Amino acid sequence: MTEYHLRTPLSAADVEMLHAGDVVFLSGRIHTARDKAHALMHRGGSPVSLQGAALYHCGPLIQEGRVLSAGPTTSGRMARYTEEILELGVRAIIGKGGVPGEPFLGRAVYLAFPGGCGAAAALRLKVCGAYLQELGMAESMWEFEADNFGPMIVAIDAHGKDLYRDVKESAQKTWKH
Amino acid sequence: MRARVVEATVRALQKAETSLPLWVLKRIEDAALQETNPIARSHLRFMLQNVQIAESTGLPLCQDTGLPIFRVQMGRDLRLDFDLHEAVAEGVIIATEKIPLRPNAVDPLTRKNSGNNTGPGMPDIILDLVDGAGLSLTAFPKGAGSENMSLVGMLNPADDPFDFILRAVAERAANACPPLFLGIGIGGTFDLAARLAKRALLNMPGTAPQELELLARVNRLGIGPMGLGGDTTALGVRIEKACCHTASLPVAINFQCWAHRYATEVIL
Repeated sequence: MTEYHLRTPLSAADVEMLHAGDVVFLSGRIHTARDKAHALMHRGGSPVSLQGAALYHCGPLIQEGRVLSAGPTTSGRMARYTEEILELGVRAIIGKGGVPGEPFLGRAVYLAFPGGCGAAAALRLKVCGAYLQELGMAESMWEFEADNFGPMIVAIDAHGKDLYRDVKESAQKTWKH
Repeated sequence: MRARVVEATVRALQKAETSLPLWVLKRIEDAALQETNPIARSHLRFMLQNVQIAESTGLPLCQDTGLPIFRVQMGRDLRLDFDLHEAVAEGVIIATEKIPLRPNAVDPLTRKNSGNNTGPGMPDIILDLVDGAGLSLTAFPKGAGSENMSLVGMLNPADDPFDFILRAVAERAANACPPLFLGIGIGGTFDLAARLAKRALLNMPGTAPQELELLARVNRLGIGPMGLGGDTTALGVRIEKACCHTASLPVAINFQCWAHRYATEVIL
């Protein structure tokens, strides 16, 4: 469990250095996207460059430009888009619950922010831009300035290790016996 | 009286969104002390910190402020001269502005958001008729992460319902924000089993031997907080039963995330 404090945009070397179980705090720009923003990007590409980006599966609660609560949403719903999102240059997906790990191999990490911790998350985030506002508050693509946003656990690394897969396999063995 | 129902709705939602019942907090605190997995321990501690931040700032502890679900307990001797559903809906609309809450309610097909957390069927009110002339209202805002993992199984009476439950938890828990509270409905019909499961969450925690045994078995799965491994997969299990057809065995599991938010206001 090594602790890293990193800044976006992330480099290939940043991703390479991280291993499952490490703790990460991120500063710099991060972008939110959930169900509808993914569907739109699938059809027409991203409204903003995502080279080296950290893409946050999050539908925040925002009032008058202030982030009030902004924990992660379930990543599984966006799993069908992982491959094409990583193709856009995204180097970290932030969320909860995980997604199948194969697309991350050699190029990206999945960072788990503790689910349900929206109030704590909001203290580390400021709104600095917004795209796809026609999708409404939860579904818009918000651009946040993060200040030591974390703690996040590297749950899927670029070296083929996937904590969710390991835990699930072990749970299924326990259930069967 | 109508005005008091509207106000109680706002107050109950405010409390439910920004704090946790003391017994729920105590279970998370105890788990944080006993947990042996370091990642799991750090998650549990962060969850407790998050609740403190929500309480001190008055901001929702989770950005998924949920769908507006309520339980109303109403005395049989009480007569209301107004539409209870309408009064609670008015409270939800005020709370959405005031707390504020994220607008979550959308048409299921067009996906158009009503903007105020109400619409056809929402709020959802579970009405219990009780002795006397009292009136109380419990706000139980339900987030989608855990609700999406919930399910009803129409089992064969020869099946073991507990195997079904453990298999579903092993498969689905990581997405439901564990450590979980599991509301289990066994018996009844297809829809009654689901209603029993929802009610089980409101009647948490379970203390019967069968409930404690299932809790222990779920924790042996090792799924841990947020599915990253650990000793703490569930914090409570409650089972509600009803008679079922001799040819049926309905089993419903209503998943509840670690933030088991609810708050009650006594109106009368």
